[in-house]
Amino acid sequence: MDSFNAIIQVLDSTIRLSVPLLLACLAGLFSERAGIFDIGLEGKMLVGAFAGASAAAVFHSALIGLGMAILISVAFALVHGFASITHRGNQIVSGVAINFIAAGSTIILGQAWFSQGGRTPALQPDERFAAIIWPGADAIRDVPIIGPIYAELISGHSILVYFAFAMVPFTWWVLFRTRFGLRMRAVGENPAAVDTAGISVAWLRYRALICTGILTGVAGAYLSMVQNGGFVKDMTAGKGYIALAALIFAKWKPVNAMFACLLFGFLDAAAIRLQGSPLPIIGKVPVQFMQALPYVLTVILLAGFIGKAIPPRAGGVPYVKER
Amino acid sequence: MSTPYAKLPAWADYGLIPLINLSIAFVVAGFVVMLVGENPFRAAVILVEGAFGKGTGIAFTLFYATTFIFTGLSVAVAAHCSLFNIGTEGQAYIGGLGIALVCLSFDSVLPWWVIFPIAIVAAAAFGALWGLIPAYLQAKRGSHIVITTIMFNFIAASVMVYLLVGALKPAGSQAPQTRNFLAGAELPKLNWVIELFGAKIRSAPLNICFLLALVMAFLVWLLIWRTRLGYEMRTYGHSPKAARYAGISETRIIITAMMISGALAGMMALNPVMGDQHNVAIDFVSGAGYVGIAVALMGRLHPVGIVLAAILFGMLYQGGAELAFEMPAISRDMIVIIQGLVILFAGALEHMFRPYIQTLFASLSPKSVGMQTVKGTGA
Repeated sequence: MDSFNAIIQVLDSTIRLSVPLLLACLAGLFSERAGIFDIGLEGKMLVGAFAGASAAAVFHSALIGLGMAILISVAFALVHGFASITHRGNQIVSGVAINFIAAGSTIILGQAWFSQGGRTPALQPDERFAAIIWPGADAIRDVPIIGPIYAELISGHSILVYFAFAMVPFTWWVLFRTRFGLRMRAVGENPAAVDTAGISVAWLRYRALICTGILTGVAGAYLSMVQNGGFVKDMTAGKGYIALAALIFAKWKPVNAMFACLLFGFLDAAAIRLQGSPLPIIGKVPVQFMQALPYVLTVILLAGFIGKAIPPRAGGVPYVKER
Repeated sequence: MSTPYAKLPAWADYGLIPLINLSIAFVVAGFVVMLVGENPFRAAVILVEGAFGKGTGIAFTLFYATTFIFTGLSVAVAAHCSLFNIGTEGQAYIGGLGIALVCLSFDSVLPWWVIFPIAIVAAAAFGALWGLIPAYLQAKRGSHIVITTIMFNFIAASVMVYLLVGALKPAGSQAPQTRNFLAGAELPKLNWVIELFGAKIRSAPLNICFLLALVMAFLVWLLIWRTRLGYEMRTYGHSPKAARYAGISETRIIITAMMISGALAGMMALNPVMGDQHNVAIDFVSGAGYVGIAVALMGRLHPVGIVLAAILFGMLYQGGAELAFEMPAISRDMIVIIQGLVILFAGALEHMFRPYIQTLFASLSPKSVGMQTVKGTGA
């Protein structure tokens, strides 16, 4: 029973750790499917986390925090759009710039506004998104097997966790069952064709980037308002890049993205759980190895050793109208 | 497809436009300073005085600049081959590993002038190897160099942490770093050069790596514009198709460019490791690889521009440290914002003002933008 409980705990933290990855990954999916590379996911999450925690602390409301996180994150996404769509700048350069501006400004503004060494004030319980206990969770907690699965894994997460997982089928539906999704995919593969059909390439890409901004904003809010009770400097700690890796791992498909993020979240959870304790058969695995594994797996995938990851064809290329 | 931009005179292209972009970046940074509640003009004065006011300040500025010359050159060499090497950070980190191995093995037996060349080779070799794998994967397996180099930065960080808390850490020590090197692995300082001009220097880490950086800048210029290899790299950078048609091997050129880029990145580690810290510690690169992107863009991928841009960023780093003393509301992270703004305006938005400047030039002197010979094209 002990090992069962341990597994449940690891899976529970897997869910918690994979939520920000999943949100950021779906965010990246929107922009990359529309042909805009976005390595600024990290920065957008970071400003989202900062804006969310600051607004929640100042206005004493989790919802205002979330709204602010989304707003600021979308604003950064629009800067990316302005540079890479309107001015046809290099999308990777623009993404790098956004990451820097986010990393610097969150610390400077946090220090100037709250003077707590770049932190925001610790959030009170009512300024955060509380865990939702599903009906009957406490009643069947003691039932073997099903009880812990229901009470720990399914119930007891914040609304943003359910939102993240609900976004997976929703993204799939938008992408593959709506006109907007069809056009968005088209603009990522062959923008000239979309243009010929009389649809604005730029406006489509801007809308995709707004979706990206919304999702990274929620991801940031999750980090600073659910996982942590406030903003800590550099709290994304590379999650935006892992999300990018997961996106490639998922071959730009929403359901795959969920599994990729769960896998990377599981690696993280397992690394925390093991902390140098030996595994059966393999023996002791260094923590750093577990931490590097998502990146190594992605490189191996990219190298074409596990299937082939083919990005949207027009990705990274600014669209220039024939004149 | 016609080019959307007409030609500008060279001085406008390489001087005026970068200057305008840079000014915009600083104006926006000024707004951030205002948002924090400080006077941006006073901040600018403190920054410049901190960087160039005293001899020590100048020495520190040049010390930081040395690091950024290496990383800027590294990014630029790859960029001439149209490869975006974001992996400079990781390559420099791994370069530090090479230096650590050399110094830890020889610092008790050899003098610095023997160890230094060995360390240069080791740093370059380790950096180049870390650049080789992404290059091979790009050339042979078609995986995107940007993504692989990002991944390799994280893998490098994990590898180095693993080694620095394990094999490289001296027994009985808690800090995750190597033991301090002995005198044999300490590079001579260059502070006396500044003292020649009458300035006083207390202690500053400026060392002979600065000269090495300048030599490398010259060699990169030689490579890119005066050798067949550089020509091939630029050809591939402009048009991979043309390069293929001219019989240039894609695999060879990508791998060579990335290995040179990685080698330059690895050599960056010499400056902080052998010139200043005298050990290899966790995260000693601390973002210098990313600064290299800003420096390379700012310097328009030309070694002269890169040296100037590196000095500018060295000034920001040193002056920024002084600024943090004088204005507690502004920490050194202000530099990170400025860096981001420079990358945004000089890199991603580099063409934002070009149409206006072209219109201006066209109305002032049509000849300068070639309007008389080819009417009706471009602007």
